Amino acid sequence: MSDSAAAPPVLRLTLGTLFFGFLKVGLSGFGGVMPFARRMIVEERRWLTEGEFLDVLSLSQFLPGPNIVNVSVIIGRRFQGVAGSLAATSGLMLMPLVIVLLLATLYARYAEIAAVRDALGGMSASASGLIVATALKLARPIRSSAWQVGVCAAVFAAIALLRVPLLWVLLAMCPVSFGFAWRTRR
Amino acid sequence: MIPPVLWELMAQFFVLSLLSIGGANAVIPEIHLRAVEIKHWMTDAEFAQLFALSQAAPGPNVLIVSLVGWKVAGVLGGTLAMLAMSGPSSILTYAVAQAWERFRDAPWRIAVQRALAPVTVGLILASGYVLTRTADHSWSAYAVTGATLLLVLRTTLHPLWMFGIAAVLGAFGLI
Repeated sequence: MSDSAAAPPVLRLTLGTLFFGFLKVGLSGFGGVMPFARRMIVEERRWLTEGEFLDVLSLSQFLPGPNIVNVSVIIGRRFQGVAGSLAATSGLMLMPLVIVLLLATLYARYAEIAAVRDALGGMSASASGLIVATALKLARPIRSSAWQVGVCAAVFAAIALLRVPLLWVLLAMCPVSFGFAWRTRR
Repeated sequence: MIPPVLWELMAQFFVLSLLSIGGANAVIPEIHLRAVEIKHWMTDAEFAQLFALSQAAPGPNVLIVSLVGWKVAGVLGGTLAMLAMSGPSSILTYAVAQAWERFRDAPWRIAVQRALAPVTVGLILASGYVLTRTADHSWSAYAVTGATLLLVLRTTLHPLWMFGIAAVLGAFGLI
């Protein structure tokens, strides 16, 4: 078990616990579930401390891929290795995938009805507003730094206005941004 | 026998998986570019509607990927697109997770985080812009986008309420 009697008790999570824990997270939010993941993992079940969760989150955001999927991979790995990652990630994605594909099937069946199409059109106008608002909220911490605002504006212009492919934008802007971050490090 | 379009679909999202710094919301312009403008898998309006559906279903925002897959090749397409989008990045994450803990306080790690923050915000802003251009074709649609934007920033109202109201307005032909 433990190599030291003084070590804190090691939390043991079975594959089933990981699977069903993340299953609940997957079902709990709309258009993003990260706040619910934090609540379940840190507050309700205490799988990780707040600081440990923040560490997991920052790694998930730093690496490519859907952030919440990365969180489930890291937490699954921590408790049960490869099998744990698979259990956590499949728990997370199973129900949302089933539900969204069911919705899509219903949508396909009723899409000829003008009212259904128009309702979804209205929703898509609203959904775009949500994404802009999400970006503006995320922008709050970087507003006070001129170089960060500049990098943000350059990335926006390249992708949205000039439609430069993402790969080129990342290859050009990540080193530039890192250069600024390195020179202004404290 | 796997139809060529499924390979095509998976190849697209395999690449996107490793480019999606900042998560799924950050690569919406790139998904739009590939699915609508390069591959012609769907129209602008269909893309906007699938995005709305993905936001109206419970779960992570990466669901837009499975809806693009579904549009191209049904339920199998939706499932494979999701696996392709999550697979490469998950393997990378698994491999890096161990090393990461060792570099917790390394100066380069802190610099990387400060460097990526504005890139991510720029990408998600671009997503909002592309979605708005794709979804809105009337002044009333822009008004709905603007109203949602303000409500999300200024209130704690759940976005599903705004989606619901927008859907009702749309159904009555008001948008």
